[in-house]
Amino acid sequence: MITPTAMTLSEKIIARAAGRERVRPGEIVTCKVDLAMMHDSGGPRRVQPQLERLGAKIWDPSKVVMASDHFVPPPDVDSAEILALTRRFARDHAIDSFYDMQGICHVVLQEHAHLLPGMFAVGGDSHSPSGGAVGAFMVGIGATEMTGVLVTGEIWVRVPESWLIEWRGELAAGVAAKDIMLFLCAELGMSNDYKVMQYTGNAVAALSMNERLVLCNMSAELGAKTGIIAPDASTLEALRKGGQAVGNDALSWQSDPDARYERHFEFDAGALAPQVAAPHSPANSAAVDQHAGVRIDQAYIGACTGAKLSDLRMAAQVLRGRKVARGVRLLIAPASTRTTREAAADGTLEILTSAGAIMLPSGCGACAGYGAGVLASGDVCIASTARNFKGRMGSPDALVYLGSPYTVAASAIRGTIGDPREFLQTRAAA
Amino acid sequence: MNAATPTLSGRAWVFGDRIDTDLLSPGYAIRKPIEELAKHCLEAVRPEFARDIVRGDIVVGGEGFGIGSSREQAAQALRYLGVSVVLAKSAARIFYRNAFNLGLPVMIMPDAGQIADGARLEVDLGAGLVRDATSGREFRGEPVPDFLLEFVADGGLIPNLHKRLHGKPAA
Repeated sequence: MITPTAMTLSEKIIARAAGRERVRPGEIVTCKVDLAMMHDSGGPRRVQPQLERLGAKIWDPSKVVMASDHFVPPPDVDSAEILALTRRFARDHAIDSFYDMQGICHVVLQEHAHLLPGMFAVGGDSHSPSGGAVGAFMVGIGATEMTGVLVTGEIWVRVPESWLIEWRGELAAGVAAKDIMLFLCAELGMSNDYKVMQYTGNAVAALSMNERLVLCNMSAELGAKTGIIAPDASTLEALRKGGQAVGNDALSWQSDPDARYERHFEFDAGALAPQVAAPHSPANSAAVDQHAGVRIDQAYIGACTGAKLSDLRMAAQVLRGRKVARGVRLLIAPASTRTTREAAADGTLEILTSAGAIMLPSGCGACAGYGAGVLASGDVCIASTARNFKGRMGSPDALVYLGSPYTVAASAIRGTIGDPREFLQTRAAA
Repeated sequence: MNAATPTLSGRAWVFGDRIDTDLLSPGYAIRKPIEELAKHCLEAVRPEFARDIVRGDIVVGGEGFGIGSSREQAAQALRYLGVSVVLAKSAARIFYRNAFNLGLPVMIMPDAGQIADGARLEVDLGAGLVRDATSGREFRGEPVPDFLLEFVADGGLIPNLHKRLHGKPAA
């Protein structure tokens, strides 16, 4: 029997932030914001003129986190000016949590454990659903809306329907969270507006926090309002490692057992093959063998979705002792400076560079067409990023395929798109 | 208070499904000021759009209009070019919010696919009605809630905030 007060995790967080006993999907409520995150592109350069026009101050600078990650490092004077403006903004508004060229905002937020289970957060970036990896409810907003939040500390939300996405079993070697999301983009489509995707099941519980971030991150590609994963022991361990003295009571942020989900999907993780999305949409995903043999010019491992330490290690597993194919360039932009440091310490970086990878600075880079590594017309690229929309990564006449870091690395070795499992199997046999 | 809901009218520019933010405001032009960026709006799918659009014209899309990044320039470019309203079968959440925050209304309309390119349309946002003067047909959309109509009437969220903070919308 469904009790009238049962709520999903997301509904509980929204109700708490709205100061209500309970909320129902479809209701419009006003929530108090626990954390607001913004970056150099959509943040200060857009928000500052609006704050001035309003003659208003930031409601609570201690609840604001900023990262410069789009125009970094600056390739031209315009970009340098934007970064300078961002620094001035952080100083003038006394924002202590400012990460200047330290990595991509979503990854930095996780590394420094700014988000806690049960928080209601907003971010000035469409991949803000990434925050759901720790059991926070985090949504992406635009710059004008960010100004509204900075002035009032509040935002209106329509309570989304919750969908439960359950992955049972165990992912095969060479298959990653990225493959789950590409599969879901094809399976569920990209127009799931006003839904929150709650990921669960033993395959999800087995994922590292880096990998959980990918599930929530690419909920944006599903068109969802956000994604979320209920906290467990791994969540607390990661938060404590990040310096948060979080108590076990944080684990109480769970859906009620009899909570109502609009839809419930069950998938078998063990049956999932590596996925590749063809141009120009993540929804054009299919098993890698459907695209095998497509010749590539560039392989790109980058972005919040695809260049965390876990992603670099996947690539290294495939690339160890091998070389990038002649005529192919493999570009790697680690998601943060901490990622680079840790990859250097554990030997991952040496494997990647010995294979012929060209290392790029940390930042959003070529994924959004802003930074180093953009494509010329006619170029064919396979990338570990989240989106392959026409013109996003450079020329509108380039072709971008998407895959996991395993698949991108395997394709770089072959010079054509291919299944990474063959390289991993050879290794096991050797 | 009910915000005023004037009838909007203009020529329909019809697009397909999933018109994304990279098509509306391409990354390669994102650093340019809006008057320059707007010239590239939708050029990858319809090169003449920015050149030929007339103030008041209406953009009609399919599923997932505005999917992609949070960049506000996607909605800003349309507004700069004089688009009076976006009608779509469904719209990406951030684009929907950004558009209203900038004073550009979006109306969800399941029958958007039945409108022919170039049709003359009349749109009543508050009532959720679209009249196709070319074909003589009428369509129902989702009425726009009052508080969002107030954003549109004030010219966006910032003038609306100004009114809340200082008693009147910013000049």
